[in-house]
Amino acid sequence: MSDEKNVNSRALRLGVAGPVGTGKSSVIAAICRRMRDEFQIGVITNDIYTDEDARFLKSVGVLPEERIRAVETGSCPHTAIRDDVTMNLIAVEDMERDFAPLDIVLVESGGDNLTATFSPALVDAQLFVLDVAGGGDVARKGGPGISGADLLVINKIDLGEHVDVDVDRMVADAEKARDGGPVLPLSRKRPETVEKLCDWVRGMHHTYAAGGHTPKDPGPMAPHHHAHDDHDHSHSHSHD
Amino acid sequence: MASIGAGQQAALLLLADGRLPAGGYAPSGGLEPAVTAGRVSDMAGLEAFLVGRAETAGLVAAGFAAAACVRAARGDLSQIPELEAELDARIPSPELRKVSRDLGRQLRRAMTGIYPHEHYAELGRAPHQPVVMGVAAAALGLDAHGAALAILHENNSGAAAAAAKVMRVDPFHVHAILARMTAQLDRLAGVAAAAADGAPCDLPCHGAPLADIAAEHHRRSDVRLFAS
Repeated sequence: MSDEKNVNSRALRLGVAGPVGTGKSSVIAAICRRMRDEFQIGVITNDIYTDEDARFLKSVGVLPEERIRAVETGSCPHTAIRDDVTMNLIAVEDMERDFAPLDIVLVESGGDNLTATFSPALVDAQLFVLDVAGGGDVARKGGPGISGADLLVINKIDLGEHVDVDVDRMVADAEKARDGGPVLPLSRKRPETVEKLCDWVRGMHHTYAAGGHTPKDPGPMAPHHHAHDDHDHSHSHSHD
Repeated sequence: MASIGAGQQAALLLLADGRLPAGGYAPSGGLEPAVTAGRVSDMAGLEAFLVGRAETAGLVAAGFAAAACVRAARGDLSQIPELEAELDARIPSPELRKVSRDLGRQLRRAMTGIYPHEHYAELGRAPHQPVVMGVAAAALGLDAHGAALAILHENNSGAAAAAAKVMRVDPFHVHAILARMTAQLDRLAGVAAAAADGAPCDLPCHGAPLADIAAEHHRRSDVRLFAS
């Protein structure tokens, strides 16, 4: 027996990326809590160190503990979902094998920065999580996750008034950065927004199961603009 | 001295490269627990750690990579289970045995996608890293010396790279240690290759008990950067 893909027990692999503290674990907990009776779900967490996120998800009891597994990334969370996905790939394949048939495996990235996105070799679709408390201008700044993820979640919208962020403006900025791609304002205190998130996951699973979804790559880096103080100059380039 | 044959050097570089996508960035090769425990605290300590590790765990891994390589090159994997058992017997720490098998699975998973070979599926569920390295080396046309050198370099440079994250170091000084160790790694690869075709029970069996103990402590630590 080896570790090659078993296509027959293949779940939808859904990545959840975004900066530290934006609420990736909470988004996953919400999806699990609302959808565990509809779908067979497994979760792989990626931690910068130790297995803190896996412990959190286990402690809130949204899934049986054995359905939540941690990958320790040796403080290289970016590498583990992008350049070298082997550890995560094995974790996902093990999960699919041990609990076959699973419908959805959620992979949570270690909290990194705006440039971290999943490789299409690891996930079929990915959502990117920002929050209003991180600043209203983050969506406008862009980056591959913001512009290219299958869904952009703007979390903690209930905090907008407390941190002087115009949520509607932030959502409009995000929609512009995504060329009209889907943006979901979310707050766990507003159940209707959580339901919209679940509807998106349902739709993605439906499309995937019907063979109608092709993973797309947000890209490692997107062209971006630098504004200069002394003159109105902007240019596009990419970093390696 | 054995030498890597013409036409094999590039394959060796590919296999030994830390950028080979097989998850080699997650372990520190025991450096983090050694630093945490205060046994390694400066550059001299780091050099002694790496030299000692190469002479013990490094040589053992090299011996088993070389042994797996000569057998795979002959197309005969019948002694792989014996190699696996002999290597288990040389690693007292359950945690380190698990690390070796996890890294073996990862290397096999990566190489199956990179350079498929029928041997990979015959290695059982979780083969040790040195065994997979030997089989991968044979698949790429390397000999026992190349297989030994690949794992010596990969394990050594991986632990050294961790130094930048767990110690206050100048990265140039870390690589200076690696440069000083090149002759040592060549010599150890020669020792491993010379033993490769013998009985599995006669392969190198050096140990470093403190590394085994440290690995067990590390697994139970709540705050760690590296998986091992």
